[in-house]
Amino acid sequence: MAARIRREECMARSDELLKDLGLDVDLHRRIFDAVDRNFRETVLAQKIRPARMAYFDGVIHEAHGGRVREIIERRAAGDKLIGTFCIYVPEEIVLALGAIPVALCGGTSLSIPYAEKLLPRDICPLVKSTVGLALSNTCPYSPIEDLAVGETTCDAKKKTWDLLAKNGDLYVIELPQKKGARDRDLWFEEVCQFKTRLERLTGRTLDPERLAGAVRLMNRKRRALARLNDFRKEANPPLSGLDALVVMQGALLDDAIRFTERLEALNDELEDRVRRGIGVASERAKRIMISGCPSVLGNWKLHALVESAGAIVVCDETCTGSRYYENLVEEDRSGLEAQIAAIADRYLKIECSCFSPNAERIDSILRLAREHRVHGVVQYVLQYCHTYNVEAVAVAAALKDAGVPSLKVVTDYAESDTGQLRLRVDAFLEGLGR
Amino acid sequence: MRTDDVTAPDLFLGLDLGSRTTKIVELAAGAVVGFEVFDTTHDSIEQVRARLDRRDYVRAAATGYGRFLMNAHLDCRVVTEITACAIGTRFVRPQAGLVIDIGGQDSKVILLGNGSGAFADFEMNDRCAAGTGRFLEVMARLLGFGIEEFGRAACEGGEMITLSSMCTVFAESEVISLLAAGRDRASIALGLHGSIADRVYPLAARFDVNGEVLMAGGVALNPCLVDLLSKRLGRPVVVPEHPQIVTAIGAALAANEGVKP
Repeated sequence: MAARIRREECMARSDELLKDLGLDVDLHRRIFDAVDRNFRETVLAQKIRPARMAYFDGVIHEAHGGRVREIIERRAAGDKLIGTFCIYVPEEIVLALGAIPVALCGGTSLSIPYAEKLLPRDICPLVKSTVGLALSNTCPYSPIEDLAVGETTCDAKKKTWDLLAKNGDLYVIELPQKKGARDRDLWFEEVCQFKTRLERLTGRTLDPERLAGAVRLMNRKRRALARLNDFRKEANPPLSGLDALVVMQGALLDDAIRFTERLEALNDELEDRVRRGIGVASERAKRIMISGCPSVLGNWKLHALVESAGAIVVCDETCTGSRYYENLVEEDRSGLEAQIAAIADRYLKIECSCFSPNAERIDSILRLAREHRVHGVVQYVLQYCHTYNVEAVAVAAALKDAGVPSLKVVTDYAESDTGQLRLRVDAFLEGLGR
Repeated sequence: MRTDDVTAPDLFLGLDLGSRTTKIVELAAGAVVGFEVFDTTHDSIEQVRARLDRRDYVRAAATGYGRFLMNAHLDCRVVTEITACAIGTRFVRPQAGLVIDIGGQDSKVILLGNGSGAFADFEMNDRCAAGTGRFLEVMARLLGFGIEEFGRAACEGGEMITLSSMCTVFAESEVISLLAAGRDRASIALGLHGSIADRVYPLAARFDVNGEVLMAGGVALNPCLVDLLSKRLGRPVVVPEHPQIVTAIGAALAANEGVKP
């Protein structure tokens, strides 16, 4: 009862905030009630969760409430909000200039019809969901965003930026397609130009000391995420794949310092659980890696499906997984140029399928499969994501050579194919000897 | 359910709840002793329950589209149709290395390995039902053929008319245009079968097969499709006596698994 009243109070406060921002409150409620239900039925329905996951559940709950209010306050104090759509945007530079990076990627199918007013139907659900939130007047970050930063990872995004540029301030970082010497030079130049653009926006000059501090903070955040994922290597992991995903989704949204502190506290709890032998999976549970496309806030579909079938997701080789936290920025560089070069180097190590060739990604998948002792890999392809879909062929072949079974699923955010997905996942697990 | 009868061998049931038809197989002492095939209706729980009540069995296992529904209402094991089809195929045709199962709403190709698992790998059509049994039904009706005669009629087609779409809705308008243009309906039928074979062939061709290729599922009763697939794959496609019940046999074997004789 008390919880319900608190929830209703919370929603009323949230509605007021959304109204003040000029959003469509009714439509927002319709979309986010569904997201909330989904969250309750998947994440919150799990048993034996670590107590300190409560903070990260709160990050999801407050995504369109407390976090927005906090950013409004910081903007009043002169800080800027930077909306991002990809983990290639160097957060160190944003943070060092006192700006706030927030990932604006959409993970709900309910906003998609509003994107299809503008965009063709046959592009990926992530792009459509994101654009749909902006066009349906339900994204609370849109009215307060000082700059949106796009990037040239895929064709759907590139052309979407062209369309959206009319709607407000949008800056596009060019990401090279290869990783040769010339590409490195181009990328370094792009990071420098991004810095100049942010300096102009914030009216601040990038200070080497502050940049060094931001580098240390982001490295600390990445180390904490890596430690969280180390616990997933345990024979009986102390947290589920769904919970690890919730933490990752929070990482792209929450304040970097507070998030890192809370994550370090969660890690201490997990360490204690490991010591006391508390795990979330049964002895017989099959250990699964999910590899490929990201699962952003609102999207718990595949993880919930795999884990409700009795397996446990022990590794995510995705943008909401290892690609976000692996590799640190070198800390001991002196001079702004050398510091920026170190940052550019780290980000270029991210193994997105938009690169050609991309053999390093396959090496990483094989390494992670060994480290996390996975029984099988589910390659997750969001429908119409051509690069991950085609790269899946080479990934499957490499896994087969290494003796690791894999399954590719192509899906979107809708629930309509749950039966078909369930069949594929269940059959895959039966094949692993569930 | 079973009463204490010491003379009769233990009976195990396999229930395959497909999107179009439901199949029940009876297994006793390692042999199929009976089976039933009937259309799936909106109330498949009652359909199946009534049939189970008439039988004295030890255990049942459900597979297919409605497997979780059965599991929620009846006391039975659950197994996916991939595993069930693989087990059933090994039972009816031990020489098989690959099985193609085209059902009412999906098509699957399962590689049977030498390992300990029921199968080595599988491929399925994407989420759209194009090129499955349902597609054949709609097209047969459009051309005025019964589903049983559709395949035979297509074998009589003088030429294979290429159809550009496998989407049931688009193919329907394409077929209507061809009929309006006075094209021979057997040749259109042959073209439709050809487009299904084109859809299934790449799924099967991804695998290196050791052993025979078997076709299961109701669509295996269609001689034209079996012939076209044999030609595309360059090897004979074997059809067992009752292809529709291969998966239900696998479910019955799964019901029996781990139970001491």
